[in-house]
Amino acid sequence: MNSQVKSIMEKYGNDPTRLMDILRDITSELGYVSQKESASVAEQLKMSTVDVEQTLSFYHFFSEKPKGKFNIYLNDSLVANMMGRAEVAEAFEKATGSKFGGVSPDGLFGLFNTSCIGMNDQEPAAIINGVIFPKITTYRVRELIKSFRNGKTPNDMINSYGGGQNQSELIKSMVTNNLNRRGPVIFGDYEKGSVLQKIAKMQPKEIIDEVKNSNLRGRGGAGFPTGLKWEFCTKSLEKTKYLICNADEGEPGTFKDRVILTEIPHLLFEGMILAGYAIGAKEGILYLRLEYEYLQNHLENVLNRFRENGWLGQNASGIKGFNYDIRIQFGAGAYVCGEESALIESCEGKRGEPRNRPPFPVQVGYLNKPTVVNNVETLCSTVKIIMNGAEWYKTMGTKETSGTKLLSISGDVKYPGVFEIEWGMSVREMLEMSGAIDPIAVQVGGPSGRLIGENEFDRTICYEDLPTGGAMIVIGEERNILQVVKNFTEFFIEESCGSCAPCRYLTVILRNKLQKIIDGKGIAQDINDLISWGTQMKKANRCGLGQTAANPILTSIENFRSEYEAKIEKGKDFYSRFDMDAAIQESCRAVGRFPHA
Amino acid sequence: MSKPLVATTSLAGCFGCHMSLLDIDDRILELIDLVDFSKSPVNDIKEFTQMCDIGIIEGGCCNSENVHVLKDFRKNCKILVSLGECAIMGGLPALRNNIPIKECLEEAYLKGPSTRNANPEGILPNDEELPIILDKVYPCHEIVKIDYYLPGCPPRADLIWNALVALVTGDEMKLPYEVVKFD
Repeated sequence: MNSQVKSIMEKYGNDPTRLMDILRDITSELGYVSQKESASVAEQLKMSTVDVEQTLSFYHFFSEKPKGKFNIYLNDSLVANMMGRAEVAEAFEKATGSKFGGVSPDGLFGLFNTSCIGMNDQEPAAIINGVIFPKITTYRVRELIKSFRNGKTPNDMINSYGGGQNQSELIKSMVTNNLNRRGPVIFGDYEKGSVLQKIAKMQPKEIIDEVKNSNLRGRGGAGFPTGLKWEFCTKSLEKTKYLICNADEGEPGTFKDRVILTEIPHLLFEGMILAGYAIGAKEGILYLRLEYEYLQNHLENVLNRFRENGWLGQNASGIKGFNYDIRIQFGAGAYVCGEESALIESCEGKRGEPRNRPPFPVQVGYLNKPTVVNNVETLCSTVKIIMNGAEWYKTMGTKETSGTKLLSISGDVKYPGVFEIEWGMSVREMLEMSGAIDPIAVQVGGPSGRLIGENEFDRTICYEDLPTGGAMIVIGEERNILQVVKNFTEFFIEESCGSCAPCRYLTVILRNKLQKIIDGKGIAQDINDLISWGTQMKKANRCGLGQTAANPILTSIENFRSEYEAKIEKGKDFYSRFDMDAAIQESCRAVGRFPHA
Repeated sequence: MSKPLVATTSLAGCFGCHMSLLDIDDRILELIDLVDFSKSPVNDIKEFTQMCDIGIIEGGCCNSENVHVLKDFRKNCKILVSLGECAIMGGLPALRNNIPIKECLEEAYLKGPSTRNANPEGILPNDEELPIILDKVYPCHEIVKIDYYLPGCPPRADLIWNALVALVTGDEMKLPYEVVKFD
C-alpha cells in the first residue's frame, strides 16, 4: 500500500465515516484516486470497495481517473453565462487544446464545467487547483495558460486581492466581498466573544426560549422555526447530540455565506457554540463546500484562537461540563448536499443521498444521533438575538417574519453583491437598491425558487408573501427567458443524486421538451405536458431538489407564457422528428440498395 | 344514423393484440351491432374507401411500409388508438434498436441456425418490392399523432372492449383494476 495513503488514513484514525476527508487528502496528494487506491482504502477501513467507489464517483471534485496538472473548473451557472462565459470557455479550449470535460493531450490542463461556485457577483469565475479566479476575460485566459505552461502556479497568478479579509495573510484571494449594505443583525457592531460570556450565565432552556420567542426561521430557504428545531432535539433521550452548520451554499446565485465566512467567521463560530450549548451537543461541524477551500486556513486560524481563549474545548466558554469543539468538514462538489439529510450522509463519508423522513435529523441524524442542522446566517442571527433580546429582533421585519435577511443579488444589476435588509422590502425596492438594468424578471431564491415577472415586482420579500433563501438573480430585457429556464433545468439534471426516478428521468425529458420548443418545433400540447408532468415532481421525489426541479419551468410558464407561445407553431397539433430518408440509410447501405421515395 | 366505422391494422406486431380483440368472445356480436369495420385484417379489406371514425394500430414501425400504412391511417381516421406495448413503445421488436442493422440482417439471413447452410451465396434481401427496414423500431406516436393508448401485451380483451364502447358511446371508460394490471 502507498505509504502516503496509509498515513492519510491513520491521520483520520482509519475511520470510515471520515472517508470524505481521506479521499480529499488522497486527491490533493496524488491528483486522483485510482482503482488500486480505492481497494487499499477499502481494505484498511474494513469497507467494501464499492462503498468507497460510490462515494468517490458521487462528488464532482473527486476523480477515479488522472486529471490535468492544472484543473480548471469553469462555472456554468446562468449568471456566468450572462456575463460572457461562452467566450471565456472558448478561449480556454483554444489555449489549452482541450475540450470541456477532458484533459489536454499533454496532460497539463483539465477543463471541467461546474455548477455555481458562489461567485455570482464576479462572473465568469473559475477554480484552478483550488484558487478562485473571478471576472475572467479572454485576455486573462491566454495569460493564465501561457504562464502555467512556463512553470507558474495558480498562486503565482494572483494579481490583486479582494477587499477586507480577502487580503489577509491567510486568505490572499482575488475574491471581492461586494458587501454593499450592512444591516443591524449580521453585519451590525459586535464585540467578539461577548455572547459567550452571556450564555455562560444562562440555562440552555433560556436560550432556546429566547430564540423561539424571536420567531427566527431558518435562513437556508425552507424557513423552519429555529427555536422549535432546537427544542425538538433536546427532547431526545439520546445523550450524544450534534450541531452541524450548513455552509454548502450550493443554490445558484447564493454567496452570502462566503462573505460571512470571510469577514465575520467568529460570529458564526460563536453561534455554533451557543447553539451547541443550547441543545447539549458534543461536537459542532461546519460543513463547508469545497469551492470555499481557499478560506480553510483563515477559518482554522479563528478556531485555534477560540481554543486558545478557552471558548472551545473542555468546559468551553467557561461553562462547566460543556466539552465542545468544532471541526470543519469539507464537501466535494454536490448541490444536493445542501439538503440536510444528504449533508449528514456526506458528513458520514457516504454519497450525498437524502434520507427518508421521518425520522428527522433532530431525532436520528449524524451517526444516528439527534442532530440540528442550521444555516450559517441562522446561527449568526441567534448570537444577536441572545445579545439584544428577542423583542429587539422582532422590531425588525414584518409581522410574521422577524429580523433581517442577507440577499445575494446578481445578474443584470449595477451593484451585484450582498445586501442585509429587513424583511418586508418589495422586489421593486430591491431592484432599485441594486441598480437593476431594465429588469424583466427576477429568479427569487435560485433555481428552486420562483421566476417572477413585472406583475409580481410589488410583492414583499418575507415568509408570508415571497419567501427566499436570499438568492436574487435579476434578468434584464435582453435575456431570453427560455434559455434561462433551460440553464436552470440543466443544473438540476447535473445535480440530481439519481435516487428518485422522476428526478433522474423527468428532468431530462422536461429539458428535451423545452429544447423542442426553443428550436421552434413545439406544439401547444408540449406546454401542457410541461405543466402536468412538472407538477408531478413535487409529489414524486424525496427531497427538495427533486421536488423543486420543475419550478423554473412551472413558474416561467405561469409568468411568461407568451414567451413559450411565441415559439410554438399555431394550429399545429403534432410535430414529428421522424425523417424517413435518414431512417432508411443504414439498411440501404447494408443490403446495397438505392432508396426510392 | 350510420354506425361508427372502425379500421385496424397490425404493423410490427405479432397479431396478438388482434387475437385479444377477438377474445371478447360472444360480445363480437354486440360489436357488430355497435360498429362497422372498414380496412382491417379481420375482414381483409385492403384499402380505405371512406373516412373512418376509429383507427386501431397494433405494432410499431420497423420498416418503410409500416410508416406508409400508419400515415394512411392518420389521414383516414378521426381517432387513432395505439393498441399494446409494441405500438406504444416499440415492444419486443425494439430490442434490435441497439444492434447495427447489418448485424441483424446477417444473423437472420446468413448466420442463424435455420439459414446457415441455406443461403450459400450470402444474399441479403434487397428486392425493390420489399419494404426497407428502418434504422430502429419506432413507436407510433413518434411518427403521427396518437390520440389514445391502450397498454398491455396484449391488452386484455375487456380493456379493448371497454375502450371501444366508451369511444363509441361517449361514456366514461371503465378501468377496473383487473383490466389494467399486468402481472
